[in-house]
Parts: sequence; C-alpha cells; structure tokens
Amino acid sequence: MTDVSLQSLSRRFGDNVAVRDLSLDIESGELVAFLGPSGCGKTTTLRMITGLLRPTSGDVQFDGESVVEIPTERRGAVMVFQKHLLFPTMDVAQNVGFGLKMAGVDKSEISSRVSEMLRLVELPGLEERKAHELSGGQQQRVALARALVVRPKVLLLDEPLANLDANLRITMRQLIRSIQSELGITAIFVTHDQEEAVMLADRVALMLDGVLQQVGSPDVFYRSPRTTEVARFFRNGNFLAGTRTGSTVRTSLGDVTVDSARVPAGDGPVVLTIRPEEIQLASNGSGQSNVIPAMVTSVIYMGSFTRLVLQVGDSTWHVQGPAGLQATEGTSVHLRLPTEHIWLVEEDSVPQETEGNVAV
Amino acid sequence: MTALDTRPPDAETQPEVFEDVTDPPSLIGRWTRRVAITSIVVFVGLPIFTLLIWSFAFRWNFPDLLPSEWGNRAWAYVASDSSRTFEGLWNSTKLAVLVTIMAIVVGLPASRALGQHDFRGKSTVEWLLMMPIIVPTLVATMGIHQIFIRMRLTETLFGVALVHLIPAIPYFVLVMASVFANYGTALEETAQSLGANKIQVFRYVTLPAISSGLLVASMFTFLISWGQYVTTLLIGGGTFVTLPLVLFPFLSGASHSNAAAISLVFVAPAIIVLILTSRQLGRDSSAMGGFGKL
Repeated sequence: MTDVSLQSLSRRFGDNVAVRDLSLDIESGELVAFLGPSGCGKTTTLRMITGLLRPTSGDVQFDGESVVEIPTERRGAVMVFQKHLLFPTMDVAQNVGFGLKMAGVDKSEISSRVSEMLRLVELPGLEERKAHELSGGQQQRVALARALVVRPKVLLLDEPLANLDANLRITMRQLIRSIQSELGITAIFVTHDQEEAVMLADRVALMLDGVLQQVGSPDVFYRSPRTTEVARFFRNGNFLAGTRTGSTVRTSLGDVTVDSARVPAGDGPVVLTIRPEEIQLASNGSGQSNVIPAMVTSVIYMGSFTRLVLQVGDSTWHVQGPAGLQATEGTSVHLRLPTEHIWLVEEDSVPQETEGNVAV
Repeated sequence: MTALDTRPPDAETQPEVFEDVTDPPSLIGRWTRRVAITSIVVFVGLPIFTLLIWSFAFRWNFPDLLPSEWGNRAWAYVASDSSRTFEGLWNSTKLAVLVTIMAIVVGLPASRALGQHDFRGKSTVEWLLMMPIIVPTLVATMGIHQIFIRMRLTETLFGVALVHLIPAIPYFVLVMASVFANYGTALEETAQSLGANKIQVFRYVTLPAISSGLLVASMFTFLISWGQYVTTLLIGGGTFVTLPLVLFPFLSGASHSNAAAISLVFVAPAIIVLILTSRQLGRDSSAMGGFGKL
C-alpha cells in the first residue's frame, strides 16, 4: 500500500531530454499505464522510479518521502521486463524465491510462499521446471510471481506482454488485473499499445516526446482528447478547423453546433473532432444541422465493420460504419455529426500528416 | 481490433512440456558432423599418434614404415633432471595460471564495459585492444624489455606473466565482451530490484550466466600463455625456463625422439583442457561463449 508521487521529474542524456518536467500522483493500489510510442521516455520514467536511473532533476516519492537517494535493492519497486524474463540457470522455485533468498528469509517459509504465489499465477506444481521448459506465457507468469512474492511497494512492468501472441495477451491482461486488485498493489506499466493501456489501467498517462500529454481514465482519451496529437494516438484523425462563437462553429463546410456545456470554453479559432465510430451517414444534406458533405475515397471491409475513407474539405476523415454498409468509391455522401459527440481539441504545435497515426 | 479469444480462458494454464531441442540432426548436420570429426582425427589425432611412435622409436630410418628398433630412451631423458622438463612444466603451469587470473581480474571489468556500455572513445579502446594482434609481440616486447630491466621485472615470474598478458588480453576481452553483450543487463537489473545487492547480483545472476563463456576465455588465455616462446625467452632471460624453452632446442635437430616426447608433454594440457571444457562448449548455452552452437 504505497502511493507514488513524481514531481517535476526530468532526465537528460547529454543534450537529449528523455523526460521533461513530469509530474504525476499515483494513488495507493492504483494501476497506471504509461502509454506512448517507443522513445517517448516512458521506460526512462520507469527506471527512475526503480532507482536504476537517477533523475537529472525532480523527485520521486513513495508515501510522501523522497526515495531518490535509496538504492534500487532497498527501494522496493520491483521491475518486470519484457525479455530476459527468468534467471536461466535456476528452476521455477528458485526464480520465484530469489527475492526472499536475498532478503535472508528461511527456506521453509520461502518454499511455502513460492507455492502460494505459483497458485496465484495459476501455475501450481511447476516448482522444479527449468526456465527453458516453459512457454512464453508461463515464463511471464513466473516473472510476475517472482516480483509479487517479495510484496513490493510498487510493481513496475515494462511492456510485459509485448512478446506474447494476441490470445495469450488477453489472458495475461486479465490475470495481471485480477492479481493486482486482489493484492491491492500499486502498479505502473509501460506500453505502446493503446488498447492494452485502456483495457488494463485505472488511469492512462500518455507520453509523447518525453512530455506527459494527458492523464485520465481510459475513456477520457476517446471522449475528450486534449490535443490533435493525443486524438491521433487514439486513432482519431478527423479534424475540421473553424471559428467558434458560443455553441456554433463556423467551418468552410457549414455551421456545426457543439455542446457548450461539454466542450472546453472559449470563442475564436478551434479544431473540432469526432471519432470515426460516432459519425452517421445522412441521406442528403439539405435542411439538416451538423451535416457536412464528403467524398468517399475508399471502402474497406473489416469483417465486423466497414471503414470508409473520405475527403472532407481538404483533409482525410475516417468513418466506421456497420459491416453491411453500402457505399461506392468516388460518390458524394453527407456526414451527420451528432452534437453530443463533437469535441474541440487544441491544434498541436507540430504539424503532422493526418493519416500517419490512423491505423486500422 | 483484436480477434475475440475463442479459447477457453484456462487453456494457457495447462502445464505444457516443451520437448528438448535435441532432434536427430538433419542430413546436412550429420555430414557436417562427420567432416568435423574426420578433420579432428586427421589434423589433431594423427600428428599426435606420429609423435607417440617417434617418442618410443630408437631407430627409425627411411624407408621403414615403422621404427626398426623401439625404446624408451626419450622418455627416460624427459624424466631426467638434466632435461629440465619438470622445471619447465612447473614454470609453464604456474605462469599460465597466473596469467589467466590476471586476465580475469583486468579483463572482466573491461569486457563488461565494452560489451554493455557506450562511452566516449569506445572505438579507440577497441582499436587499442587489437594492437597486440596487429603489431608483432616481439616488437613490443623489445621495448618493454628495456623498461622491465630498469624495474627489475626481468627473469621473474611476474614480469613474464605481465608480458604474456599482452597477447592474451585481446582474446580474453573479445570473447568476454561478446558474452556480456549477449547477456545484457536486464537480468541483473531485475535481480537488483528484487533486493539483491551488488555482490549478490554478481554471485547469483552474473557469474552463472557468464560461466561457460568465462571458461572458454580462460582456456584461451591459459593456452596462449602456455605457447609463448619469444616473450618468455626475452623477459625471462633464459633463466626462467618454460616448456617451450625446453622443447625448442630439440626441434633443430639432435633427437627426434626427445623432441617428440617433450612435445607430447607440451600438448597434453591443451588436450586435457579441451576435453574438460568440451561439454561446456557443446551445451546450448555456448552461444554465451560467443561461438554460437558448436
């Protein structure tokens, strides 16, 4: 039961700033995901929390006390990596019991706590297996058990599921989630997979280029992303610039009404956005509010749904429709943007190709 | 979107036993093996067999296929004090062990730094490390000789060991750097975060992981020292007698039988070391030795 506080944490490597002025409070028992593309500084942050890396400036606090001066082995923040999971020369029991052995716990207690922990990760009776006799998923579970058995203050997972196949990832997510809430342990994990972050974490902290962009519960990133870049990272590249007056945004494609009570306040130039799955196709545009014209560029059948790529003004939009959606490439359509789903974002300072991050 | 998980949720929890990867070797693998074994027999076994015959030959003239007279005169000579074989054997052993220990002490931290860290001037260090292989050792030793005379290190075990380190260190560090590079730092960091202090990390995690590589590197170092002639002669000044120094005079003529017998004493440790470590070399983890799977 430990809460973690990161205060203006920064780390430089030479002239390179890996993490810039990061502040975040993590409550006791919370599961937080650091999300971001590789090289965004998320692993660097994790290493500063464990003590494997010293912050250039700023502070790391556990329960209100600075731990920056406490070496890794006495800090109680246990790290689980994605590769090189298990000690290759030891069997499963020795791996899981490693931390206890280092702490000088006596043998009989080690063996009972190891068996208990192996039951918890659903691998009972595998004590004598060697690391190389286990599958990837089993190794991952053993690594998890090895970390949990020492009752760490904070559990840190660095892309723990990256090396597993898709099905196994889902099972492991559920396992990590259930064990974490059962033990009530504070946990931080790092991932580049927004889906994984959303499914696993209580709160997501999105990092881009060493800067914490937005923190919040997973749905916040879908409903109300702060910037265009955050929206893009969550696979929403639908943007339309306009000028706002009260609840009306005047765009080159017509007026759009927004929910003033929901969207951020402030008149003037704005960028409106709406998620691909919230857009409806309208039969025709005449006399309806919040309907804008578009041109179908391509139709991609995705099995459970159909993805339309459209030309809206001079930008590219994506719309997600039902699987049986009939649409013809090259035809004009009208898009209805329901007021309750429209959101206003800040234009990110770095201009980017709209299509870049909108993967399927 | 990810496909729905259609497997029962506990499918993964079933203990799975993965078969050991000792499948019967493929046809190509089998032939490679045969060629390798044949080569070893032809290039290593036969010369030693010839030496064995020579060492027991009393008279062996052309064109006889085998010696016309046999005898153990050569072995009697080897065993005698005047041959200085035992003195050489003892000195060579002491020296090779000392050089190996010194190589480990100096080379282990160095190879770790080279294998796992990036630092300013790393390529220069790597280049300097190669110098003893590029520049003939004789050239370097001539210069060192002057300095050692002043430092009174000539004709001493320690002085000779220091000089043997020059050709040995590059090989030791090259092997160990690749071991450390393969091995990475994640396991040590995991251990550290689990509460192991530096000494515990080294003892329980690092050492077991690098042990087979270390064995190979130490074996190299031992054999490099074992085979030194010129450096020993120069720095040892002829008073520090190792086995090669005992052996070399015989190669130029006097008695083939004596040379053969001493040669056998000379190659014995190499073969013993090779046999002792071949198990280590053949193991799956020999990739840790920087050699891949043999």
